[in-house]
Amino acid sequence: MQFRAALAALTIWAGLAAPALAKDDLVIGVAQFPPSLNPNIDPTVIKSYVLDFATRPITAYDKDWKLSCLLCTTLPTIENGGAKFEELPDGKKGMAVTFTLKPDLKWSDGTPVTTKDLVFTWKLGSDPKSGFSNNDPWDRAKKIDVIDDHTAVLHLDRVYVAYNVWDQLLPAHIEAAAAEGKEAGDYLKATAYNRAPTTLGLYDGPFMVTKYESGAQVVLEQNPHWAGTKPYFKRIIIKTIENTAALNANLLSGDIDMAPGDAPALSIDQVIALQKQAPDKFEYIYKPSLTYEHIDLKIENPLLQDIRVRQALLYAIDRETLVKKLFEGKQPVAATWVNPLDGNYTKDTATYPYDPAKAKALLAEAGFKPGADGICRNAAGDKLSFEYATTAGLKLRELTQQVLQSQWKAACVETVIKNEPARTLFGETTKKRTYTGMVMYAWSSAVNESPRKTLFSNQTPSAANNYGGANYIGMADPKLDADIAASEQELDPAKAKPIWAEMQKIYADQVRVLPLFFRAEPYVLPKWLKGFTPTGHGDYSPLWSENWRAE
Amino acid sequence: MRRFILQRIGQAALVLLVMSFVIYSLIGLMPGDPLDVMIASNPGATPEVVARLRAIYGLDQPLMYRYGHWLLAAVQGDLGFSRTHSQPVLEVLAPALWVTCKLMLASFVISVSLSLILGISAALRPGGIVDGIINLGAFAGISVPVFWLALMMILVFAVKLHLLPASGIANIDDGGFVDHLRHLIMPVATLALANTGGFTRFVRASMIETLRMDHIRTARAKGNAEGRVVLVHALRNAMIPVVTVMALSFGTLFSGALLTETMFAQPGMGKMIYDSILSNDFNLALSGLLFATLVTLLSNLAADLAYGWLDPRMSR
Repeated sequence: MQFRAALAALTIWAGLAAPALAKDDLVIGVAQFPPSLNPNIDPTVIKSYVLDFATRPITAYDKDWKLSCLLCTTLPTIENGGAKFEELPDGKKGMAVTFTLKPDLKWSDGTPVTTKDLVFTWKLGSDPKSGFSNNDPWDRAKKIDVIDDHTAVLHLDRVYVAYNVWDQLLPAHIEAAAAEGKEAGDYLKATAYNRAPTTLGLYDGPFMVTKYESGAQVVLEQNPHWAGTKPYFKRIIIKTIENTAALNANLLSGDIDMAPGDAPALSIDQVIALQKQAPDKFEYIYKPSLTYEHIDLKIENPLLQDIRVRQALLYAIDRETLVKKLFEGKQPVAATWVNPLDGNYTKDTATYPYDPAKAKALLAEAGFKPGADGICRNAAGDKLSFEYATTAGLKLRELTQQVLQSQWKAACVETVIKNEPARTLFGETTKKRTYTGMVMYAWSSAVNESPRKTLFSNQTPSAANNYGGANYIGMADPKLDADIAASEQELDPAKAKPIWAEMQKIYADQVRVLPLFFRAEPYVLPKWLKGFTPTGHGDYSPLWSENWRAE
Repeated sequence: MRRFILQRIGQAALVLLVMSFVIYSLIGLMPGDPLDVMIASNPGATPEVVARLRAIYGLDQPLMYRYGHWLLAAVQGDLGFSRTHSQPVLEVLAPALWVTCKLMLASFVISVSLSLILGISAALRPGGIVDGIINLGAFAGISVPVFWLALMMILVFAVKLHLLPASGIANIDDGGFVDHLRHLIMPVATLALANTGGFTRFVRASMIETLRMDHIRTARAKGNAEGRVVLVHALRNAMIPVVTVMALSFGTLFSGALLTETMFAQPGMGKMIYDSILSNDFNLALSGLLFATLVTLLSNLAADLAYGWLDPRMSR
């Protein structure tokens, strides 16, 4: 009797406890909380993901990696006359780019979005004291001529390939007060996006932030003044659950509807495991992205100065099988840093497929013979052994590392694992180039982004440049430098493509880096979610969230 | 007594000052600065942008200069600006503290109450069946990893039975008292279960020792009821060492519930301190750790006062 009563109580409690989720809401689970909601401060992935529901950049790359207008009426190009070359007072070549903002754009308080906002954002973004760190800097424009409330001409100080790629605007009528500070960093402290992110009028997208619980969740509701396609969902709730096992359990319990692949959420192995566990409960998408996993080689290491050794290292590892076994083939093997989905990609580069016999032959040619312990040595007795570092604690990286270590051992190369926490690895080891052999990590880039920071000779971090730049491999090739500079000036895609092909060829030929694979973004979506389009690049799927619906 | 309290408050202030220096220096010794990880994953950040940001955040200044600057502002009530939250530290600290207070106070009260009941029950018949079962449960509570216990709770009560919400503080459409309570059940139960085992063992050991003392035998010989002997004469004496352990645990609970907070998505102090240290958010990490130190000092002060109540001889 008591048992029955307890069961009845449990049933009633369960009925009360599990309210049916109305399709008015879409609950998204992520593993990080955005540190700021200002579009131009701290360019973190999670911040951009959340903001993409609420603010729109002037232009963005779409799912087909084609640049399109989000706030403007027509994408300005050289071909349509929206962008023109102009001579600067110092005789150099600059550009004039004309943008016309869509006439019905409004901030979430009903104030029209106008060229006043454009000029305000440009002035603030060009001020070094403002602390802007967005990827497409505003200080590329040295002057803006306002034609009317919706049209303005941006005068650029030189020729840029990304001349028509511009970020979000800020609402002058709200942010002007915050921008009045005189000291460096004053704006960071005063901006309404940080102090009061639910302020009406901060957002010009289909949604606006209505609730912001630090560390817990961000709630976005429909922007009543949005003039574009009316969103299906009344609310988007972005919940932060930092432990991914708990995030997984929340998906299964129905507390969250989806885990995005373009924001920090579940790792690819967790999504693969979930798909095996619950194949019919969700829809699973694996979208190849621009995040490039690779191993940098320290060229100053005498053993690595011989290109035959570097080539042998690449021939000795079976990247195809690694990707197949660890990631079910969802992550494409990389030949260089350029993703095959990128318009500038070329397949005409050296690829180094798995060939252990060739690896051994190359090592023999370089003077290395296996010793009694199975590890190769040269005539001087130098052991073919390298320290191999990556970020400690990331299971998949460590697993990848172990697989590669055993494959190299089979080819008589010893690798000594020396992993470090991310902040040590990036704060000291790569930044100061103190690694001695190999270091494995990933970087993300934007569509068509110049490789200047990672491959140009003057971007090698050193005390002289205050350890700026990310050319951790110390690449210093005059031809590559010239190609990088040329690619940044060449606006004709047809003419730019051979320059990019040459850069990829140099990169692959020199084997200063061992390319591994491009990460895939793993999405777990509810089966009823339609109209969702992952992009695979830094302009995330929420930029088109007004098209998402439940069916 | 007043002099004693004032003396302890003075000591606490000194400890806080020393701790602030030690923590700031230790965080400063960690490699890299807050911008390094951002730069590593974002090749678009040029050296010029990085240098500009370092200057804006004051990271181009020597560590001791930054500490001095912070200390001067802190004594005026300004704990600085959190770089990772882009908000004043106090505005980040207050909500995290509230979440932690709810979690910790509830779990502390429950685990203390449970451990008193279980510890006394076990001590009454050492080696008996009840003692054996309670010991087994206590060891299980001590041994089970918190993250596993939390995950199992989520899987059973949220995924399988749909009785409780898997995570968070409250439902977006509700947010009432009952809703908050439902969201608290699993994290509080996890923390309480994890602490009860240890506390129970202390209560049991202390009670067994006290029940063997002469004054207990005397109390029984005087004809006092067994309940009075146990609860009045024995428990009061047995609580002295137990209070010390509980006071120390209370302080660490404020900063040490990282796993529970992470598993149940409760944005409390433990998670905040952990994240701020990892991201080199000096001001926030320092304030969080100092607050945890303060709570530990205050709980020890409370324990000292409790000794006086439990055994008036100690306050003399």
